[in-house]
Amino acid sequence: MLYREAGQFKTSYAADQAVFPLREDRVGLVLTLLVAFIVVPVFANDFFLASIMIPFLIFACATIGLNILTGYAGQLSLGTGAFMGVGAYAAYKLTTFFPEANIILLVVVSGVFSAGIGIVFGLPSLRIKGLYLAVTTLAAQFFLEWCFIRIPWLYNYNASGAIEVPQREAFGVIACGPAADPLTRYFIVLCVTLAITFLMKNVIRGHIGRSWMMIRDMDIAAELIGIRPLYAKLSAFAVSSYICGVAGAMMVFFWLGAAEPSAFSISLSFQILFMAILGGLGSLMGSYFGAAFLWILPVLLRFTLPGLGIDIGAETVQHLTFMITGALIIFFLIAEPHGLARLWQIGKEKLRVWPFPYG
Amino acid sequence: MNALYTVFVDPFVQMGAQPDFFLQVLWEGSVAGILYALIALGFVLIFKASGVFNFAQGIMVVFAALSLVGLYEAGVPAWLALILAIAIMGVLALAVEGLVMRHLVNQPEIILLMSTIGLTYFLIGFGEFIFGGEPKVMVTEELGLPTGSTVLEPPGLGREGGPGLIILQHIDIAAAVIAVVMVTVLGIFFNKTRIGRALRAVADDHQAALSVGISLNQIWAIVWFAAGIVALATGIMWGARSDVSFALEIVALKALPVLILGGFTSIPGAIVGGLIIGIGEKLGEIYWGPLVGGGIESWLAYVIALIFLLFRPQGLFGERIIERV
Repeated sequence: MLYREAGQFKTSYAADQAVFPLREDRVGLVLTLLVAFIVVPVFANDFFLASIMIPFLIFACATIGLNILTGYAGQLSLGTGAFMGVGAYAAYKLTTFFPEANIILLVVVSGVFSAGIGIVFGLPSLRIKGLYLAVTTLAAQFFLEWCFIRIPWLYNYNASGAIEVPQREAFGVIACGPAADPLTRYFIVLCVTLAITFLMKNVIRGHIGRSWMMIRDMDIAAELIGIRPLYAKLSAFAVSSYICGVAGAMMVFFWLGAAEPSAFSISLSFQILFMAILGGLGSLMGSYFGAAFLWILPVLLRFTLPGLGIDIGAETVQHLTFMITGALIIFFLIAEPHGLARLWQIGKEKLRVWPFPYG
Repeated sequence: MNALYTVFVDPFVQMGAQPDFFLQVLWEGSVAGILYALIALGFVLIFKASGVFNFAQGIMVVFAALSLVGLYEAGVPAWLALILAIAIMGVLALAVEGLVMRHLVNQPEIILLMSTIGLTYFLIGFGEFIFGGEPKVMVTEELGLPTGSTVLEPPGLGREGGPGLIILQHIDIAAAVIAVVMVTVLGIFFNKTRIGRALRAVADDHQAALSVGISLNQIWAIVWFAAGIVALATGIMWGARSDVSFALEIVALKALPVLILGGFTSIPGAIVGGLIIGIGEKLGEIYWGPLVGGGIESWLAYVIALIFLLFRPQGLFGERIIERV
């Protein structure tokens, strides 16, 4: 009743190829955007914005980046954290050189550096694959982490060894630094993440995205019918690292405000990987689901368990989060290897035939 | 020219000037390598029998060692704690087989890998939940393992031809002996016993093995248990050299390059790979590390493996990878 395609006729090729062919989907999208742009800013307090919405969007962005590489192009990467770090340090150096420039522009440009590094570490993927490739991305992870510690130029030779975000403006508003308003930061992160999602949605539907998926499904067969692995794999590495880099830069500039090299450690890589798996590999929507789920789960645990009369400390929450995350990963891999995104899909299918499931 | 000298000549001059120190570094490297190899051995066992790349081997090492120390601290005698720890690894093996692996038969290897990453996270949370996050001291003496050290003074190997100085920790020697024993036992187990043959049959072809009456589930439980025992031995050895803590888990990632060098299916390969990585990274750290500011131990192993991979994608001892479309 609420959600079905009956009666919606497509009369042009443009309508046939639309991203959201169903009117209900378009309405849903507009409603979601309304919530994101109006309801959340109006009703949310600073805490909710700064510690739930902003990290959620940033993680969703990073997860999309990893999903491009692992979910769409089938190249397992354990170096996401380091690529995010490259973006963050690049943005930091750029804003040091160009203090007057629009910080949003610098954040978006910083991804280019990350993409370059990504291509370099993606080169081995032309010769090796699967688990072997995972090890080369580990090499990237540990090597880049070492660079963040050992190359003082990257953090402007300051004594703490950490990067601290200076106050910068975008379009005449203070966008980052201690004085920045959480609402401003929220809008910036929201716009960048949505722009990337929109762009990727269309890239994936097109020639490049399809060649990634062919490489993922069977690389030799893809090569035989004319996909060049060199371009397909390296472009996946470049695009993925670009998005991760932008996410990393946003993470430091619009969320944390300062970051030590350990912020980009391998646990960040794993966190993003889990978000991608739980949300659903090969789904942009799933990236949002996974990020929301894994970011909000610990918060939820911390607030609901004491409410149920179970008194637990912050440490226990962390341990429980680890356990539940691990168990959920295994559960999803067994029960629904395509993650939350597939559950969403199934829900929509059910809704289509509701209330006559056997009609 | 000067740069070339400092990179390609100077480190070797240093090695020649102090041969005893060089030997000491070699020894330290080999011991570290043997410990990497022990972790890698656990990986190889499971990979050989089920094609699962067990990412959780590192945390299994920590978990086994923590169970042992935790039980001892709870007042259980050391020998009983050891037996109980073995029993815990057995229960873990059964649980992993029954709850995870059985349901993932015939899935692509990347899914299997991710399930073991999930297992890793679960065990980290579970272990910290039970044993707490603080580092613990391994019960070395109570288990009858040697402590102390031997000082060798070989003449003529020191600085400018004087007497040298090499210190050998007894626990390191014990680790080497245990590693050798374990590899021998596993080699015999794999090649001579009935179960070993069944394991190899399963590794070769799941369906063919099933058709001649080999129970996959039983075999998997056995290999996970064997890997658990290897993990316990590794945990004891490693714990005796430093503390037992979750930091070991990151160190255990070093087993990956070791595996890559040795090939995923070769037990001797794991040992040789471990030695190459262990010695390579110690030599690199001591003689080349200062040129770039030190600390290169954290990534050198991966880069060595990466370079090897580019030339031999199947590792030194691995079987040739043949792909069909």
